[in-house]
Amino acid sequence: MSDEPQRPDVPEIPRAMPARGSRWPPQLIWLIPLAAVVIGGWLAVTTILERGPTITITFKTAEGIAPGKTRIKYKDVDVGIVKSVTVAEDLKTAIVSAELAKAAEKHLVDDTRFWVVHARVSGSGVSGLATLLSGSHIAVDVGHAAAKRSSFVGLETPPVIVADVPGRQFTLHARNLGSLDIGAPVYFRRLQVGQVAAYDLDADGSGVTLKIFINSPFDRYVTSDARFWHASGIDLSLDAGGVRVTTESLVSLLIGGLAFETPTQSASTAPAAPNTEFILFSTREEAARNPDRLVEKYVLVFRESVRGLAVGAPVDFRGIVIGEVASINVDYDPVKGDIVIPVEIRLYPDRLSSRYRGRPTRSPDSKELLDKMVERGFRAQLRTGNLLTGQIYVALDLFPGAAKAKLDWTKRPLELPTVPGSLQELQATMASVARKLDKIPFDTLGADLDETLRNAGSLLRRIDTEVTPDLHATLESARRTLSSAERALSPDTPLQVDAREAMREVARAAQAFRILADYLERHPEALLSGKKEDPR
Amino acid sequence: MNPHGAAAASVGLWACNLCKLVSKSPSQSSAAHCPRCGARIHAREPYAVARTWALLITAATLYVPANVLPVMETNSLFGFQKDTILSGVVYLWTSGSRTLSLLVFIASITVPLLKLTSLAFLLASVQFRSTWRPDQRARLYRIVEFIGRWSMLDIYVGAVLVALVHFQGVATIVAGPGATAFGAVVVLTMLAAMSFDPRLIWDHAEIARVG
Repeated sequence: MSDEPQRPDVPEIPRAMPARGSRWPPQLIWLIPLAAVVIGGWLAVTTILERGPTITITFKTAEGIAPGKTRIKYKDVDVGIVKSVTVAEDLKTAIVSAELAKAAEKHLVDDTRFWVVHARVSGSGVSGLATLLSGSHIAVDVGHAAAKRSSFVGLETPPVIVADVPGRQFTLHARNLGSLDIGAPVYFRRLQVGQVAAYDLDADGSGVTLKIFINSPFDRYVTSDARFWHASGIDLSLDAGGVRVTTESLVSLLIGGLAFETPTQSASTAPAAPNTEFILFSTREEAARNPDRLVEKYVLVFRESVRGLAVGAPVDFRGIVIGEVASINVDYDPVKGDIVIPVEIRLYPDRLSSRYRGRPTRSPDSKELLDKMVERGFRAQLRTGNLLTGQIYVALDLFPGAAKAKLDWTKRPLELPTVPGSLQELQATMASVARKLDKIPFDTLGADLDETLRNAGSLLRRIDTEVTPDLHATLESARRTLSSAERALSPDTPLQVDAREAMREVARAAQAFRILADYLERHPEALLSGKKEDPR
Repeated sequence: MNPHGAAAASVGLWACNLCKLVSKSPSQSSAAHCPRCGARIHAREPYAVARTWALLITAATLYVPANVLPVMETNSLFGFQKDTILSGVVYLWTSGSRTLSLLVFIASITVPLLKLTSLAFLLASVQFRSTWRPDQRARLYRIVEFIGRWSMLDIYVGAVLVALVHFQGVATIVAGPGATAFGAVVVLTMLAAMSFDPRLIWDHAEIARVG
């Protein structure tokens, strides 16, 4: 204030207008940091609380998996992210470590499955095209088991069936896989109702086991005696009705498939339990055959070559296939010191008695019946089925002339007597003929023939020297006789002239006689009265 | 003549912050209106230290999520990506754009941190009535105020990208929560710098000098 008068050039300083104090208490400013701390703290707490479990998944390769980028998705919804990818200590697998959402924690159970989704082109379609641009992701299928776990083994191929699809799984046994693949369709009345979920070679390599999945509600059509067959490709058949082409669908034509049906006369309509085992037949015809529930095993011992006989070859009874060859072995018979070939066959007696369905198939006197039949000549024989390929089959028939045989009921399986095959019989006959031919003494026969021929030669020579000159003279005289006869018969010979003359006389006589006959006819009285004078 | 001169407040004169008119302080009230433009005037900004502290603490709190949370979420055909400031810096560095990387690092990480520490230092010095080198502290304050506007660089980049890259279905860029926090940090530090009354630096120096 004291400086004021010393600065006269400073203009008058206006006085500020008093104002009311601030309406807001100044401490309110602290609400701002408080709010920031509260919000920040809440964010931090929720972040920590929402942090999900970390799991490890083992894959054969980590193809397409990038740490920090590859997502884990359930039904295409993000549920986690891959944090790191490392190689296992044994250098055999890749270990993917991933952080999952908090909500996924309770679904990390024993049968939860993980697999990598790449773009895939298979027979049943193209999948995962989106991954071409976005990169692969890991898909998860939630399991239902109770046991929790945090390390998983990833699947190399995506599972066909995910856990939440309703339906049932069944097991099929097939001789071979055919053209089936995972995802191949299963048809029921040409409607796709399921697919092949997995397949595996049997442990002993004798067949293939397939797992199929039938979607609900079609799974109830799989009854306990449903018949499954390969529906792959085209079934071309030529019969009396013409050419028939049967195929399930174009898709099955390309990628294979299988179909099933329930036999119409089937008694049970109850749906089969899950994982019921069925046989996968190769054709529909085969599948549609009567179910062979009763199987009887027999052994046939052959002493001849079984070339052309194969396991599975038919066993027929007068043209009806009633069984098949189960196995062919070689055995040494120490009693006879002979090598024999026991052939095991499976018989389906139902096929013979199917017309009498309902009757007890194995009557108590079947033993007696079989004994009687064997007595009457019931035998097994190898017969040629195909002359071109030389395939043979086993025929059961009655051979009334067969050697006597008896059944030994103590043996298991029962041995049925056999007779040599038709070809074998022919061979045997031929051999005996040859043997007989062999016995003919061709040498002595030859010597005899030689002598005979020599005798004949001397005989001929004698004829030539002794008979021929006489014969010549005889012929000469004969010729003379003939020439004189010829002369006698020539037209201008006196004999001929005389004969002609005589003949003319005879003709004239005949004419006269005719006139006489005419006259007598007209004048029969002339016989008595004589000829009247001519009125002329 | 001392180079600092006498504080106007000590002789009962107030300056209007808006029209810079100097007026005599009213005798009773601590608050008044400028007789020329009507703006609120004070001898010193009331509660300046407390207000600045509050804003500074808020900014410091938000500095954490600004660096931890993603500032940019890129959603394209090639995937979904979240980027924090630091991951962007690392990406730029590894992809070869070292200059740009350094620029972003300085603008987005160093500068806000520098502002926070500088303001904290200034506030602390005022709080403890320090008389230590008031001219240096005033220079520091000027730097802080000047530099403040440049630390919005990241937000600019983000805003431009969000506006430009918006091909629905092909690629979309969305600002993440980190961007909000970062923007808040920048705004709050600027507000803190504004609410800080640099005249306070001199007051204690004056008192100490006058004794």
